[in-house]
Amino acid sequence: MPSVSTIAAIRFGTGLLPRKAGPAPAPLDAAALLGDLTARDRMAARFPVITRAEAEALARQVRPARRAAQAGTEAGDPAPDIAYRALRQQLRVATNRGAQMVLARAVDAEIGFRERLVQFWGDHFATRARGPELGPMAQVFAEEAIRPHLAGRFPDMLKAAATHPMLMVYLDQTSSVGPNSKSGRKRGGLNENLAREMLELHTLGVGGSYAQADVRQLALLLTGLSWTYRAGWHFDPTKAEPGAEVVLGEAYGGADPADVTEIHAALEDLALHPETGRHLARKLAVHFTSDDPDAGMVAAMAAAYSASGGELMPVYAAMLEHPAAWDSFGAKARQPQDFLVAALRALGVTGAQVAALAHGPANNNLLGPLRLMGQPFGAPPGPDGWPEAAAEWINPQGLAARIEWAMKGPRFWVNPLPDPRRLLRAALDDAAGERLAWAVGRAETVAEGTGLILASPDFNRR
Amino acid sequence: MLNRRLFLQGSALIGCSAAAHPLMSTATFAAAPGENRLVVIILRGAMDGLDLVQPRGDAGFARYRPGLAALAVGEEGGALPLDDFWAAHPGLAGLMPLWAAGELGFVHATSTPYRDKRSHFDGQDLLEAGTGMDVPVGMARDGWLNRMLQGMPGVQSQTAFSVGAEEMLILSGAAPASNWAPASRLDLSAQARLLLDHVYHDDPLFRDAATEAVEISEGMAPGDKMGGDANRQPLKLAEFAAARLREETRIASFSVGGWDTHRNQPGAMKAGLRRLSGTVLALKDGLGPVWGKTAVLAMTEFGRTVRENGSNGTDHGTGGAMLVAGGAVRGGRVHGHWPGLAEADLYAGRDLMPTSDVRAWAGWAMRGLYGLDAGLIEGSVFPGLQMGADPGLLL
Repeated sequence: MPSVSTIAAIRFGTGLLPRKAGPAPAPLDAAALLGDLTARDRMAARFPVITRAEAEALARQVRPARRAAQAGTEAGDPAPDIAYRALRQQLRVATNRGAQMVLARAVDAEIGFRERLVQFWGDHFATRARGPELGPMAQVFAEEAIRPHLAGRFPDMLKAAATHPMLMVYLDQTSSVGPNSKSGRKRGGLNENLAREMLELHTLGVGGSYAQADVRQLALLLTGLSWTYRAGWHFDPTKAEPGAEVVLGEAYGGADPADVTEIHAALEDLALHPETGRHLARKLAVHFTSDDPDAGMVAAMAAAYSASGGELMPVYAAMLEHPAAWDSFGAKARQPQDFLVAALRALGVTGAQVAALAHGPANNNLLGPLRLMGQPFGAPPGPDGWPEAAAEWINPQGLAARIEWAMKGPRFWVNPLPDPRRLLRAALDDAAGERLAWAVGRAETVAEGTGLILASPDFNRR
Repeated sequence: MLNRRLFLQGSALIGCSAAAHPLMSTATFAAAPGENRLVVIILRGAMDGLDLVQPRGDAGFARYRPGLAALAVGEEGGALPLDDFWAAHPGLAGLMPLWAAGELGFVHATSTPYRDKRSHFDGQDLLEAGTGMDVPVGMARDGWLNRMLQGMPGVQSQTAFSVGAEEMLILSGAAPASNWAPASRLDLSAQARLLLDHVYHDDPLFRDAATEAVEISEGMAPGDKMGGDANRQPLKLAEFAAARLREETRIASFSVGGWDTHRNQPGAMKAGLRRLSGTVLALKDGLGPVWGKTAVLAMTEFGRTVRENGSNGTDHGTGGAMLVAGGAVRGGRVHGHWPGLAEADLYAGRDLMPTSDVRAWAGWAMRGLYGLDAGLIEGSVFPGLQMGADPGLLL
């Protein structure tokens, strides 16, 4: 069994870092992990992402550019079409840049618990850009809705996420109109998608005690939340269904004109529902510890959630201070993004190297491999996010892609490669098994020794 | 009999006996469900069915498409005559021998239940989920091929394969299915394999996945690894799928993109159909004797506008066409009920009116190939579908 410090780095952080010269750093434990969340957010400052205004300015150009391109082609003028293609490429580059910043932060972070939680909560509110227009907005979503609330209250995160353009567009809220609203009496209709996912995925959970009537009532309550390329975010009372809505027995709204505060009140109550606390506690425990997490630990986390009124720090503390958080090491597999980040850390690659890559090399050496490993960046399979079970990732295709990258990928980043025996120590410390240590000493080349370490179960499990 | 060994030789290199390697044992698979093969190709981007197989006998066609249908049937570079009414896009020239042999056919004026919003993303989701508009788009968590597997006996992980790095919702779900992207061929030295075997020895999850990966990879011809050539990519997927289908695999799915022809449709269709034809021929060649037991269904998320637009292309529409091939299909004909192109016959005044549900054709195909109960197809594979009478797509 590896030390608590090793488990902390691998299971809860973004992986071990090579030991630097000088005094040994203090070993990691629960307190150090929690401290990572309250310390100054140096990674966000070091690797900034695009702002909402910039992302919206880019997205706003797409439709006019497309129309101009079409008109230009019809009139025999190729210039607008060339400009349109250039804009699309600019959007793709901006989207990739965002991915690089996320990876760079995880590579450079001292512990990385914060970056892991950004991923966890980003996946809890899984979104995906449906075209190049909103690709850069995905980073804005993580930056505005997730990151500021990690160590705060979940109700606040829910409000920020559910009313964010990224999630509203992805879950069709932007096309939902109250049937009896001023605008709905002319055209358009209700779309229940966001309301349903909010109950099923974001709050109570799929087994929760809500009925279809609650979905519909919540959907009616959410009408009025709007975002357009031209106007940005706004609450549009002409789309809001008049009258009050009853969700889980509580009446909300009814003000004339309607406004967003009644929606916030409902989201606050949904977030503080006891079933939400249990759902979030279990999901966190599954992600960080085991697919079948310790029931006592989950109960302690849920209790901390309700006792604190939805504060997340006490929930993390209840998990990390429970002995089960440190048991069954290796029950989970690192997801491809975490695998790649942990490998780059062990190899001594810096976040600056990751951030500095041009579009093409970033595709070939970061985003392409992630796609082959089964986790295309920013494109989860659905609103329920990425799967958790190890077997979902360690399948023939996914493992082959990891092995291939482990054997051949590191050379792009580090030249010459470090001595595999030193890498073994950096990557796994006391979590390296005997079989791996034995095999590494017998590799024919440094590249294969490196590959064995990075492809090993020891390195891929957590 | 399938050889499950990770390594074929060289264990002496590191001084372990072969018997000590669990991977050196062999395993056989239980009999797969029957001998028939089903290949579903998703044509991403909304292929223009009216350009694929052209209703030249309909007076409206030439009127709506003065540019795209400028060349006469049979003229140099023009469409290829199929019968008195239909003509095929010249890009399908390579498949004409199959048409003559009754191994290539089409279904016209068909579509999923998706209507009006005409978004690729949602249309593909619905096509792969196999649901109706009663299920909100994006809500379905599994695909119809997977739900079909759930209703079949004797399904193993190798029974169904999705091929390529792209997410295939159509095969995801509770039933076991394999996935492989020919791009991720494992290329290891003998020593690296042996050492990896040693490292994976005590971890069944890694050991089994690696064993299967090596086996799949070794089954690929040398030099199969995909390069950057986009035109070769679908061919590689088809060759790989065919190799698996020759073995224990019965169902395969992959996608061929590049159909969103808003501009310069003649060039884009020609290139796309050359890829698609090559894909079908690669399947036929690779399947060899089992081609006769195979049905290939190539379907798209929706069709395109009946009128050509101002940039020598077409925009997102509704009704489209499906291409079917294989020895198990009734080819040499265009299936489906033709709605006509008169103004009043169009959907929303702009699109080809769908006269059939693409799921019904797939439902009848799976019923014919695997004997699936109609109640199961209408109840769980395609919930809410009315299959109707057998349209005779299969022989």
